[in-house]
Amino acid sequence: MTKWRQSKAALLILMLVGIDSPAAELPAGPGLGQPASAELVAAWDTDVMPDGTGLPPGSGTARVGAALYRTHCLSCHGENGLGSSGDQLAGAKMGLTDAWPEKTIGNFWPYATTLFDFIRRGKPMQTPGSLSSDEVYALTAYLLSLNGIIGAGDEMNSNALPKVVMPNRDGFINVWATGKKAPGQ
Amino acid sequence: MSGNHSPESDFPDVAGNGLLDRRLLLKSSLVFGATAWLPVTAASPAPAPKSDLARPQWMREPGSEFSTYGAPSRFEKDIGRFPAPNRVLRNSGTSWTPLHLLEGTITPSGLHFERHHNGVPDIDPGAHSLLIHGLTDRPLTFSVADLLRYPLRSTTCFIECGGNSNAGWNKIPSQSQAGYFHGLVSNSEWTGIPLGVLLQEAGIRPKAKWVIAEGADAFAMHVSIPLEKILDDGLLALYQNGERLRPENGYPLRLVLPGWEGVVNVKWLRRLELTDAPAMARNETSRYTDLLSDGTARMFSFVMEAKSLITSPSSGMVLKGGPGLYQITGLAWSGRGRIRKVEVSADNGKTWAEAELQAPVLPKAFTRFRLPWRWSGALAVLKSRATDETGYVQPERKALLAQRGRHGFYHYNGIVNWSVDEQGTLGHVYDEVAAEQSGTPDIDAGWD
Repeated sequence: MTKWRQSKAALLILMLVGIDSPAAELPAGPGLGQPASAELVAAWDTDVMPDGTGLPPGSGTARVGAALYRTHCLSCHGENGLGSSGDQLAGAKMGLTDAWPEKTIGNFWPYATTLFDFIRRGKPMQTPGSLSSDEVYALTAYLLSLNGIIGAGDEMNSNALPKVVMPNRDGFINVWATGKKAPGQ
Repeated sequence: MSGNHSPESDFPDVAGNGLLDRRLLLKSSLVFGATAWLPVTAASPAPAPKSDLARPQWMREPGSEFSTYGAPSRFEKDIGRFPAPNRVLRNSGTSWTPLHLLEGTITPSGLHFERHHNGVPDIDPGAHSLLIHGLTDRPLTFSVADLLRYPLRSTTCFIECGGNSNAGWNKIPSQSQAGYFHGLVSNSEWTGIPLGVLLQEAGIRPKAKWVIAEGADAFAMHVSIPLEKILDDGLLALYQNGERLRPENGYPLRLVLPGWEGVVNVKWLRRLELTDAPAMARNETSRYTDLLSDGTARMFSFVMEAKSLITSPSSGMVLKGGPGLYQITGLAWSGRGRIRKVEVSADNGKTWAEAELQAPVLPKAFTRFRLPWRWSGALAVLKSRATDETGYVQPERKALLAQRGRHGFYHYNGIVNWSVDEQGTLGHVYDEVAAEQSGTPDIDAGWD
């Protein structure tokens, strides 16, 4: 075992037992970090996790979302989410094992919460961050409904959204966790 | 210097179709005495100087004045990145490094490849800060000015987009020049703060296993990264090739995670959140996952495996001087460590010769290889094959496809073939016979 590997192994052991001192080889910093208030963290942290952590209050349905889609999304993503200069979002005619796979929200995305997170943080492209939580819930509901995953009248909110089970939830191999080797190894 | 020696007699072929011993590169006086090295070029040769001119014009008048920031020669103005934006949203997409026009190992900062999801933000460093929070003892913010006071470290490494070389998945071999096919990879010296220093200051809680990193661009691009990698060799970079980061490379702050796919090297970094699980962000689920033929997809496939590529001569170039001695030169790199060897074939993989590696060979960094080649004027297929220090060997395209199917889109690292015809024109070919290449190119995902 090389010295580097030993120190890396030691670091991992420290991490596993939870000792707050990752590495002796790290240089000492001047300690200039400023305490961040809970308000600042809350304002900056918009992550939505698969268990629903981070979802804000609010709600929306596909009916409301359909109109928002025409205003904000249609020009790139096309009628009924069939895609144009932007991704195809729904209506895959070819499945994931076909000759020309069409990866859509309905047949590929593993978590519905990702949809809310992504729309809120980056859409619409010309005015990102401009949609209200209700509008993001409504667009999320519309896209899930368009993909036949929820009904047209189903309301999406912080309780309902994490409970939506996406068809392809189990379709992924976590290469990092399983340590799968690449071809040739 | 004698003109009587010939490389043919002193240095017999070491592999088929004219590959010569790599040590020939070191015997320059011998070689130049015997056989002129022929340039590989796509441009017209310069006109011959007038015979009655003892000095060129630039020796007859004073040169120009000083400049505050140097630029390439005006004769090199055509050397540039190759932008490939979304057809509607022109600030989303990719811009490729012209690898086939460069030498050595460091990519000039202005030619480093670009991948933006919604444009390059114009960040005022005085109004930017980094927040570290989540499973920490004390959430902290750091101003850019304060970060510049921390102890800095430098590392030279490549950054490669997970989607680099993705035209390799296509049924028909792309005829783009090498850089516009494989140039979503660049190599720089990055200088910054080991991330462990900052995370320790915030205090890492025992349950922390992942770090969610977010950029301050209009996409608020975020991804999840294993804490283990962040603490292993993760760098908060402030400088690239000796100067502050360029805007398109993350000014004023970016993550550098040596050897891992480009998307996790988050630019314009503004937030690191320690968590016990990944966020399942759009760019680690819907994108940057590798669809296999059974319909499942590889996720969190961070490491960029060993790859190599002959940059010259390469697709679109012409061996203008006709049969004779040429230098084969290229790049190899591996996300798992150092390149151990690069082999080159001129006979479509029947025989191989080991290329000279330019020292120093650094881990997770571009390694330049070179080998002399005497082209006979006959048909040839040039290949290069990298082996890294873990023993991993760059696969043939056929083996990669057998393992990953046709629709991986990301992590293409198959061996690249350049064909040479009898006129000396280079193109890109697959090993498969032409009948198997019929149909339409079939990359099945965009770059938006």
